[in-house]
Amino acid sequence: MVENDQQKTAGRKTVDGSSRRRFLVNSGYALGGLVVGGALGTLIKPKTTEQTAPDKTNGEQAATPKNYNQALMFFTQEQFQIAESAMERIFPEDDTGPGATSLGVAFFLDHQLAGEWGFNSRDYMSPPFFAGEKEQGYQGRLKRREIFEIGLRELENYSQQQYQSRFVKLTPEQQDEVLKAFEADTVKLTTISAGSFFKMLRSSTLEGAYSDPLYGGNANMSGWKMRNYPGSQMSYLDAIDKDFTKIEPSSLQDHLAMN
Amino acid sequence: MAKTLPKTDVVIVGVGWGGGIIASELTKQGLNVVGLERGKERKTEDYYMVHDELRYALRYELMQDLSKETITFRSNEKIRALPMRQYGSFLLGDGLGGAGVHWNGQTYRFLPYDFEIRSKTIERYGKNKIPAEMTIQDWGITYDELEPYFDKFEKTTGISGEENPYGGKRSSPYPTPPMKKSPAITMFQEATTRLKLKPYMMPSANLSQDYTNPDGISRAACQYCGYCERFGCEYGAKADPVVTVIPVANKTGKFEIRTHSNVRRVLHKGGKATGVMYTDVTTGEDIVQPADIVVLTSYVFNNVRLLLMSGIGKPYDPSKGTGAIGRNYAYQVIKGSAAGFFEKQEFNTFAGAGALGVSIDDYNGDNFDHSDLKFIHGGVISLSQTGARPIQNNTTPSGTPSWGADFKAKSVYYANRTLAVGTQGSSMAYKHHFLDLDPTYKDAFGDPLIRITFDFEDQDREMAKFLAEKCSGILKEMGADKIDYLKELGPYEIMSYQSTHNTGGVIMGASPADSATNNYCQMWDAENVFVMGASSFPQNAGYNPTATVGALAYRAAEGIMKYREKGGMLV
Ligand SMILES: Cc1cc2nc3c(=O)[nH]c(=O)nc-3n(C[C@H](O)[C@H](O)[C@H](O)COP(=O)(O)OP(=O)(O)OC[C@H]3O[C@@H](n4cnc5c(N)ncnc54)[C@H](O)[C@@H]3O)c2cc1C
Ligand code: SF4
Repeated sequence: MVENDQQKTAGRKTVDGSSRRRFLVNSGYALGGLVVGGALGTLIKPKTTEQTAPDKTNGEQAATPKNYNQALMFFTQEQFQIAESAMERIFPEDDTGPGATSLGVAFFLDHQLAGEWGFNSRDYMSPPFFAGEKEQGYQGRLKRREIFEIGLRELENYSQQQYQSRFVKLTPEQQDEVLKAFEADTVKLTTISAGSFFKMLRSSTLEGAYSDPLYGGNANMSGWKMRNYPGSQMSYLDAIDKDFTKIEPSSLQDHLAMN
Repeated sequence: MAKTLPKTDVVIVGVGWGGGIIASELTKQGLNVVGLERGKERKTEDYYMVHDELRYALRYELMQDLSKETITFRSNEKIRALPMRQYGSFLLGDGLGGAGVHWNGQTYRFLPYDFEIRSKTIERYGKNKIPAEMTIQDWGITYDELEPYFDKFEKTTGISGEENPYGGKRSSPYPTPPMKKSPAITMFQEATTRLKLKPYMMPSANLSQDYTNPDGISRAACQYCGYCERFGCEYGAKADPVVTVIPVANKTGKFEIRTHSNVRRVLHKGGKATGVMYTDVTTGEDIVQPADIVVLTSYVFNNVRLLLMSGIGKPYDPSKGTGAIGRNYAYQVIKGSAAGFFEKQEFNTFAGAGALGVSIDDYNGDNFDHSDLKFIHGGVISLSQTGARPIQNNTTPSGTPSWGADFKAKSVYYANRTLAVGTQGSSMAYKHHFLDLDPTYKDAFGDPLIRITFDFEDQDREMAKFLAEKCSGILKEMGADKIDYLKELGPYEIMSYQSTHNTGGVIMGASPADSATNNYCQMWDAENVFVMGASSFPQNAGYNPTATVGALAYRAAEGIMKYREKGGMLV
C-alpha cells in the first residue's frame, strides 16, 4: 500500500510539502473559475520510508531520547501510582501488546486533568444543582479533577478496608476485585458515584491509549500499531476500494515535520 | 443604552447553511445583508492539525461552548428539567458555517410521502392509524413544489450520488457520480440485492471528483481521510457553507459578516420586526441593528428561543394544543441498528468519508405496508464507512467484559472486523413533545435556556425494533459470524450521541391555526420575519435533515425577494 501510494502520487504532479502549506494559507477558496480543487487534489504527499518508519530500527530503547513530557502537572506521586495501576488493569500488557503503563496513559490523564477538561471549562457548571433522573446525565457540582482526587482516594480507602493494604500493593486479582466493586457501584460513596468514576477511568484509559501521541499517551504510536490503525494520513484514495491493507502509522508530529 | 447602527435591508441571525444560503441568494440580487454570528471566523486553513480524534471528536473543538449556553431537558412535564451539562445526544454548531463545518454530508431528499404524511397515511390506512396524541401534519408544500430547490442545493454543493429507486421525481441527475465503493459497501449491495431490496449509493456532500458549481466555486475531490464528521475538511472537499455559499455572498461586496455577535432579541413594533439587538461578546456591548427584514437561521433551539424571548408569535400551550412557537419538537430514532463481527475478513474501515455509504429505502416512509404494524413510517437503512477512529470504535461481541485482558484482546481483534448497519429512523410529533423557556436556568447573559420536553413513544419502540431486525438480517446475509442488534429502545436519554437532527418548534404549514410560518418560512404573525432550518419541519423524516433545510432556504430566499417587491403575506 505504501509503495502503491507513492507511485500513484508520483505520477500526479506532486507539490512538495512546504508549498502545499503555503498554498493553503495564501489561497483560501475563491470565486470565478480559480480551480482550487484541481490544484489541491494533487497535494497528497508522497510517503517516503523516512517518514513512516522511524521506529523500525533495532535497539530503539537505547536510541529513544528522554521524554521530557513525562512529569506530573496535576497528580501527586501517590495519585499517579494508583491511577497508573488501575489503568493497567483496565488495559493490561499482554500478548496483544503494550498496556496502559507502557503507553503512558497515566501521564495522559494527568495532563488532561491539569487543563480545561479537568476544570470542566466548556461544560455548563452553573447552579442550581439537583439530583436528576438517569436520563438527564451528570448533574454534580464537582469538576473532573475533584472527582479523580476523590475517586483515587476512595480506591485506596476501599483497598485498606478490604485487604489492609495499599491499592498499588494488591495482587492484580485483588485490584480487579476492587475495580469491579467500583464499577458495579457496590462501594457506596457519599460525594461521588463509584460507578461513574469507574466509567471515567475506563474512558480516559482508552483515550490515552489511542489519542495522538502528542497528548502523552499512545507512546510511540504503539496503541495504534497494536490494532493496525494508521493514525493521521493525508489520503486513502488508493486504499478505500481495496481489501484490508496494513499501513505504517503516522502522527500529527510527522505531519507537522513534513510541512 | 444600546448603540444603534445604520439600517440594513436584511439581517441574518446565525451563519450556517441556512444563513449562508440566504446571504448568497439575496446579495447576488443586490440586497445589503448583515450576518450576525455568535462564534468565530472559520477557514479551511484552520484544519491543518485536524486529524485529532481527541480534540475534535471527544473534546468538541468546533462545537458550541456549553459553559455559556446549553439546553435543559426532561422526559415529561412531571419532572424538573435539568441542564445538559456535558455533550451527549447532539452537538451544536458554533462559528462561521455552523454545524455545516463538522457535518457528515449525507444529503438525502425527503420522500414525497414525508411532505403529505397525514393525508397519505389516512388515505391508505384510515384515520385510526394515527394515535390521537400524534400531531403529525402535512407541510403545506409538496415534494414536487420543492424539487427545484433540492436540485439547486445539490448543484451548489456538488452532491455525489445515484438515483434513489424510491425517491421522488428528479429534474436532473446528481451533479457528480457516486463515491468509490469499499469492499464492505459492495458486500452490502450484493447482500441486499439477494434479499430483493434496492440498494443505492448514499448521496454525499464529500465530492467524488473535482467540481465547479454554478456560482463558479471549485472544490477538490474527497481523499477518504476518515476524519470527517465532527471535523472540518482540510481539502474543502466536504461541502460546507464556508467553502460554498459564503464566498459567493462575500464577492458581491454586499454581505457584512460580524462574528462574535450574539443576538438576544428580535425588536418589533406593530406586528413587524424593526431589527435585532445583539451583544458583542468581545466587549460586552449591546448593539441594535435595524433592518427591513429579519431572518432567523440560528438552528432549531435558538430560532425558538429568540422568538419566545422577543414575544413574537403565540407560544405553544401543550395543555390545549394551541399556539405555535415551540410546537412539534421531534428528533431522529437512530438506535435501531446492528453490528456484525467477521472472523474471516478484515476491512479497511480506518479509511472513509462522512457520507460514504450505501442505503436502502425499502423500510422508509410508506414504501412498505404498515397495515399489520404498530407504527407508521420507518427509516433509511445504511452501511456507512466514515472512518473507524480508535478511541470511539471499540465494539466487542455481547458478553465481552468492558475492560481488562479479555476486553483488550477482543477490542483489538475486532478493530478491523466489525461492520455496522444502521438507520435514521423517523420521529413523529406528539402533543406533549415541545420546546419552551426554562424557568430556572440561564445562559451567560442571564437569558433563559430553551427547555426540551421529549421522550420516545410506542411508535419509536416498535419502529426501532423492526428496523434493527432488518439491519441484523442484512448483516447475516453479508456473512457476519456474530451479530448484535438493538432489542429494546429504552427511554430517550441526553448522554449518548444519537444525532444532531433536532426538528420543529417553528413549523411550517398551510394555516396559522397549526403552524408558525407559511411555506416560504414567513411568519404568520410578523410578515417581515423569516425563520428557517429544521425548526420548520412539522415532524422528522427517516433521513438526515440538511438537504431539506437547504431546499427550504433556497425557496425562502425567493420568497424574501418577492416580499421585498410587494410586501404582505406571500401565501
Ligand atoms: C456531527 C454531525 C454530523 C452531521 N451529519 C449530518 C449529515 O450527514 N447529514 C445531514 O443532513 N445533517 C447532518 N448534521 C446536521 C447538520 O449539520 C445540520 O442540519 C445543519 O448544519 C443545520 O444548519 P443550520 O444553518 O440550520 O444551523 P447551524 O449549522 O447550527 O447554524 C446556526 C448558526 O447560528 C449561530 N447562532 C445560534 N444562535 C445564535 C445567536 N443567538 N446569535 C448569533 N448567532 C447564533 C450558531 O453559532 C451557528 O453558526 C450533522 C450534525 C453534526 C453535529
Ligand atoms: S473524508 Fe473527504 S470530505 Fe471528509 S474531511 Fe476527509 S477529505 Fe474531506
